[in-house]
Amino acid sequence: MSAPLLVFIVLAALAVGGALNLILQKHPIHSALSLIVVMVALAGLYLLMGAEFVAAVQIIVYGGAIMVLFVFVIMLLNAGIEEHTNFSKLAGFAGIPLALVVTGFIAAAITHANDNVLAASQTGAVAPTKDLSMMLFREFVYPFELTSFLILIAIMGALVLAQREHR
Amino acid sequence: MSFLYANAFLLISLLKIIIMVFLVLTVNAYLTWFERKVVAHIQSRWGPHRVGPHGLLQPLADGAKFLLKEDPTPAGADKFVYFLAPLLSLALALTSIAIIPFGPDPLPWLILGQKIYLGITDLNIGILGLFAITALGVYGIALAGWSSNSKYPLMGGLRSSAQMISYELAMTMSVVGVLLTASSFSLRDIINAQAGSHGLFGWQGIFSWNIFAGPLPQILGFLCFYVAAVAETNRVPFDLAEAESELVAGFHTEYASFKFAMFFIAEYTSMITVSCLCSILFFGGWLSPFPPSWTFTFYLPSLILIPFGAWVIWDGLKYETMIGKAILPVIGLVMLGIGGALIALPALNSFIQGPFWLLSKILTFLFVYVWMRGTLPRFRYDQLMSFGWKLLLPVSLANVVITAGAILWRGY
Repeated sequence: MSAPLLVFIVLAALAVGGALNLILQKHPIHSALSLIVVMVALAGLYLLMGAEFVAAVQIIVYGGAIMVLFVFVIMLLNAGIEEHTNFSKLAGFAGIPLALVVTGFIAAAITHANDNVLAASQTGAVAPTKDLSMMLFREFVYPFELTSFLILIAIMGALVLAQREHR
Repeated sequence: MSFLYANAFLLISLLKIIIMVFLVLTVNAYLTWFERKVVAHIQSRWGPHRVGPHGLLQPLADGAKFLLKEDPTPAGADKFVYFLAPLLSLALALTSIAIIPFGPDPLPWLILGQKIYLGITDLNIGILGLFAITALGVYGIALAGWSSNSKYPLMGGLRSSAQMISYELAMTMSVVGVLLTASSFSLRDIINAQAGSHGLFGWQGIFSWNIFAGPLPQILGFLCFYVAAVAETNRVPFDLAEAESELVAGFHTEYASFKFAMFFIAEYTSMITVSCLCSILFFGGWLSPFPPSWTFTFYLPSLILIPFGAWVIWDGLKYETMIGKAILPVIGLVMLGIGGALIALPALNSFIQGPFWLLSKILTFLFVYVWMRGTLPRFRYDQLMSFGWKLLLPVSLANVVITAGAILWRGY
């Protein structure tokens, strides 16, 4: 077994295991911790594909800032252990079959793809941050700015909603 | 042998990591001694003085005490998270050292056919990787506070996570000016860019460092970075997470024995990382403050080591205790020997220049850390928040814009 494949299997197992644990844990903090594991494992997978910048940003933004906020809110509210509810009928009828179908589609797409999926250490392809930023700020500058504008609107919306009671 | 050569990179990296962990832990131990001594002298005391000559064996005694203390787990604590938190803190703090380069040249000889650089790895995304590690460092403190099932630690954990989120933003932004100047994330490239820069008024040496030179001197960037970094490491005057007068001991109130020591080591290790970063990003890393044409400055390490070694011998001979009379002259002789060897072996001397300057800068910043602890009072919590969001963040953002403008204007 080649080293990249081994690393991939470990990271993928961490990501899937973390995701499952996220749903199965009863305590919100344990769920949040599992989500952090998923985020860091994903960053590792990006790194394996040679996307260094994306991997670092994945950890800084998702693993760091956003998940710290999650943990912070859970700690602040002092949320206790959640109770497990019964398995909902909608999930049985629609959720599980749909999930299986989507997974099947993705798997089929990957197996029918012509390109071999290889790690960066096998192909030697590493995405330079310079090229990434050139793409982002030259070719895709309008979509990029529009996205940031959208986020700004969302922040302002949150502020308006939060301040409504004071009027 | 062929197995050794085939896996040379792996084996050497492993060896480097082991040596580095050992070094960092030793330096940490003596950093506590240094801090206690300096703070004591600021307050007109002697500091540790009983264990060994000049209290030099105090860290050893502290370590033994940490290992031998009882280690109770509070009732109702979340066991898994309670054990995870100190491990996470220590592991992340130690990992961040791996990215720091400590010298320009590889070792003068090859090991297993490999060039050995000082420092464990040189990432393309160097500084971003470091920020990623610090970003995760918050969890150690926040989870320690939460899992202890006690009110003061919870308050400490909440405070510190709020503080670290706020100051992380300013810290990341304040570095952007330097990154724009060097147009690279790699710490090695950032230092080399400073060596190649023309410098203020065309002077070399100290005036080509980022803080004085480049398209725009990064003085604002440095001030923002240092303040934010001190806050990020939870040190005075930003140590609200463990404010003794309000929160007993903050997030680590319920931790004892070696788990407490792990938090302690993590804090001191991040102090070292921050000092390394300050010297590398803004103060030229391993570059000498003198112009390269001043070759006589090459003898500066010997010039410091030899008189200091002589003083240690003289001090040791008149020391009160027998152990001091035995140990101190030996230390002095070792210093004299190293100083003499550096004069006798020019190759070794020129190899040692880079690490020498980097270590001097790191020590200076560590001293400033301790100095601040000895002099500044603690911030109030609301002051801390408004300082971070209303002053530090806008100033560091302005620094990014002005630096980018200067680069465009001066055509770098």
